[in-house]
Amino acid sequence: MAEDLNVEVVAADRKVWSGEASIVIARTPEGEIGIMSGHEPVLGLLVAGSVTVRSTGGEAVVVAVSGGFLSVSENHIAILAEQAELADEIDVAAAQAELAELGEDREGAGRWAQARLDVAASR
Amino acid sequence: MGAQLRELRQRIRSVESIKKITRAQELIATSRIARAQQFAEAARPYSQALVRAMEAAAERARLDNPLLEGVEEPRRSAILVVTSDGGFAGAYSANVIRQSEALAGLLREQGQEVVPYVVGKKGVSWFTFRGRELGGQYVGFTGKPSYADARKIADDILDAINTPTEEGGVDEIHIVSTHFRNMVTQEVRARRLFPIMVEDVPEEIHHAEAGAVRSDNGGTGSGAAGNGRPARTDVLPLYEFEPSADEVLDALLPQYAGNLVYTALLDAAASEWAARRRAMKNATDNAGELQESLTRESNSARQAEITQEISEIVGGADALAAAGSE
Repeated sequence: MAEDLNVEVVAADRKVWSGEASIVIARTPEGEIGIMSGHEPVLGLLVAGSVTVRSTGGEAVVVAVSGGFLSVSENHIAILAEQAELADEIDVAAAQAELAELGEDREGAGRWAQARLDVAASR
Repeated sequence: MGAQLRELRQRIRSVESIKKITRAQELIATSRIARAQQFAEAARPYSQALVRAMEAAAERARLDNPLLEGVEEPRRSAILVVTSDGGFAGAYSANVIRQSEALAGLLREQGQEVVPYVVGKKGVSWFTFRGRELGGQYVGFTGKPSYADARKIADDILDAINTPTEEGGVDEIHIVSTHFRNMVTQEVRARRLFPIMVEDVPEEIHHAEAGAVRSDNGGTGSGAAGNGRPARTDVLPLYEFEPSADEVLDALLPQYAGNLVYTALLDAAASEWAARRRAMKNATDNAGELQESLTRESNSARQAEITQEISEIVGGADALAAAGSE
């Protein structure tokens, strides 16, 4: 059996999650990318949305990210986002309030709020 | 009670309450240093991964970004000055301002205009009092900076450097902030953030990552230092870029800028609390000394008063006895 992936999800001010995983699914500007053990080295951008990490225990860890990038090398995956929150940590009311406050002007902040809502809805 | 004695007792009481306040401030500052250091520690994994990715992307991308490539003759520079919001921190802000003035003088000698971007109320009031034009001012978070604060500052200075100089943009960005060496030593540092010299990038990474490594390797040299560690740290894998190296680098640079500002703010916050702790410790010690000398003074005033009363009584009794015997 192939080796497990060593995954780190890091936000600008803290480490959000780290551990062993069998597959990581993330969204780049060109579409979804799934990474399993033995993947070639990749440095890719991420769009605001969810990143799913299926840990070796079988449970899925879903993280909302505000964008950022992911790097893959030698079965080590780092997901770096300026803001990242685990699905369980998301404050739905706060994200909704942010979205309402931003109104139609949905640049980066709006996409981040929307990403959190989407991830929270799927938990 | 004599007037002198009463006044001394009043002063002792007020010194005592000042001492309580400064002591409390000292304790608060001590706990905040630890917290600021924890924040700095928590931000480290991000910085390290970011620097590694930057290095990989910079190797493969075209490098015509104003953040990477400087102009031949810079005409305008931004200086980000990191001071504190609150006082009670000794010469913390004054030192930073002095250093930034020295840097500004140097840049002006080279024929550059200088635009200050100021963090912290102390710095802002110093600059506005002198009628200086500020590029930006940021207050209200110096003791406990968040990433959002850093993001905002980084966005502003990136805007400035991406604007052509003719339209009011800047060519270079410098930062003057305080580096936390340890609890007793903090040093003011002036460095250039952007443009990053391309040759400097690996060098800088070496400083950031290998600082600890080098010391426990005991001078085996940086070439040998790589042997015991995973190859990843030294030899970059051949990354596939998604969508392309250029686009990845373009997206990385703003994040890198945000991270630089954030780490500088955290470093400065820890230094600020350390400076405040020391200032408050000195104030507490001084208050203790003052209290002691005032107590001495009040004791001697009390004794003088008693002595005087006794001599008055004795004198009075003598006078009465003399009057009676006549």
